[in-house]
Amino acid sequence: MSVASGKPIEETRIVSRRLRDYPDDSHTIERFMATGGYEVLRDVLKAGDPSAIHAHVKASGLRGRGGANFPSAVKWESLPADVYPRYLVINADEGEPSTFKDRLLLERDPHQLIEGVIVESYAIGSTLAFIYIRGEFALGYDRVMTALEEARAKGFIGKNILGSGFDLEIVVHRGAGAYICGEESALIESLEGKRGMPRIKPPLPIHVGVYSKPTVVNNVETASTIPHIIRMGGEEYAKMGLNRSTGTRLAAISGHVNKPGVYELEFGLTLREIIYGIAGGIRDDRELKFFLPGGASFQWLINTDEHLDQIYDIDDITAKLGTTLGSGAIMVYDETTDPLLVAWRLAKFYAHESCGKCTPCREGTDWLEKILYRMSHGEGRPDDMDMLLDVSRGMSPDVMRAPFTQTTICPLGPSPVSAVASLQKYFRAEVEAACGVAAGVAR
Amino acid sequence: MFSDANRRRAVEIVAQYPNPHSAIGPLAHLAQDQDGWLTLEAMEEIAELCETTPADVQGVTSFYSMYKRRPCGKLVVSVCTNVTCLVVGGPEILEHLEHHYATDDDVWVEEVECLAACGLAPSMQVNYEFHESLTPESAEQIVDDYKAGRRTARGVSGGRVA
Repeated sequence: MSVASGKPIEETRIVSRRLRDYPDDSHTIERFMATGGYEVLRDVLKAGDPSAIHAHVKASGLRGRGGANFPSAVKWESLPADVYPRYLVINADEGEPSTFKDRLLLERDPHQLIEGVIVESYAIGSTLAFIYIRGEFALGYDRVMTALEEARAKGFIGKNILGSGFDLEIVVHRGAGAYICGEESALIESLEGKRGMPRIKPPLPIHVGVYSKPTVVNNVETASTIPHIIRMGGEEYAKMGLNRSTGTRLAAISGHVNKPGVYELEFGLTLREIIYGIAGGIRDDRELKFFLPGGASFQWLINTDEHLDQIYDIDDITAKLGTTLGSGAIMVYDETTDPLLVAWRLAKFYAHESCGKCTPCREGTDWLEKILYRMSHGEGRPDDMDMLLDVSRGMSPDVMRAPFTQTTICPLGPSPVSAVASLQKYFRAEVEAACGVAAGVAR
Repeated sequence: MFSDANRRRAVEIVAQYPNPHSAIGPLAHLAQDQDGWLTLEAMEEIAELCETTPADVQGVTSFYSMYKRRPCGKLVVSVCTNVTCLVVGGPEILEHLEHHYATDDDVWVEEVECLAACGLAPSMQVNYEFHESLTPESAEQIVDDYKAGRRTARGVSGGRVA
């Protein structure tokens, strides 16, 4: 018997409202302003009280939508007092495998992001903001650049915005093909014209960020949400969702489902309702085999009632199942999928994207890839699964623990260990059969 | 060497940042748009503009996979084989295009990580334009359309740079 969340199995469109209602021209300033755009900006500048913005964001319970789920208002409160300049950086370097929600916001509603950037900059007292956009997003870059020119022409960016005395410049900085630059301290290094290698923390970017100045780093979806919070009121926003998972979240669903795509969901649906209701179930009437509920870096779930009845809630899923909602990606695999092949491709990704700074990651990801390659391509050896676990222990001691133990400066290193732990937990027999253990054959 | 127009643009880009060193990446994109790849001469000029050494520019840019360190033809075809494209035919598209254009100097076929186009996978980019819901045949047709000028390429780094 499956459990129902009691919520309607449908989207709740806040940040994706305009781009769904007006798919042809949601990116234009005409459409944006005809649908209420930049009104929040006018209101907050007219009111002249940055602390009111802070109060709304705090009341909303907004948590970062990049994957770390850190409360946005708490981040602002951590800014050291009276240290200027301070910077806002938007992390638009979306690169987590199968995550494609920010690309949608950048290409289809760039003004929504820009309004969020201006309002947030005003709230924290920043006069220079950066949008670090993934290098491959050529269309997204064009749309954001055009939107910035339009916003500047209207007087929303530049000196003395709308006569308020508030100045702001926004610089768009293109990345150049490095997943690691989605990690905030690596992003800051990259923005400073260096190799994108993460910094040891502390100090946190909020204290020592770009050019060693206090820096707030926010995901695209987070910043895009802020004007809606002001418009609705923070307390009203917090009525959506449940517990400490307030509001909505863009879920990017892909793989063997009938209706893959980006869906804006109020927190609180069950994973079954999301996969079978929202995303239309498994293609070709096949059976679900396993799924990744939060991007590539965390443990997998399988086709059991316990997992499918899990509520889409940031804290509950971690407390009960040890995995996370991560970047908002949900990857779904049917019964025909070889889990070894998926694990190998993930390991290959992390091996390719390791920046090379920490030894457990630089060496470990490469070995996992090599071993998983032979296991997934018919050349596995009987002791390979144990060898995977052994290598994994060198990267993240207590391999099966979720979320993983971190031995490296950033979480990239231990991320593929989640895939190894998932193989061990759910597919050990299948892996052994594929690697000749059952037949006792040493290959 | 930057053209006069690009040199002016480069100076504008440097001026956007509190520290000129930040402009290394954006100027590398600009140079690559102009020349098709990142030449040693361009790295020297970028070093001068960003107040650093050519070795620093080479050290930084070689970290990033989008900066091409040798000529790569008119079309950069980037095929995703990451974990969604993996199970819906991405590797077959890569194999087909690699084989088909193996001796074609105009077409650079590369395997890339997730392009954030998973809703309509399998996906690829041609000169950073997205193409989705592909088959090996349709992917080949799209590349041929670019080759024949029936589709417009935006330049190696996607046209506009900053």
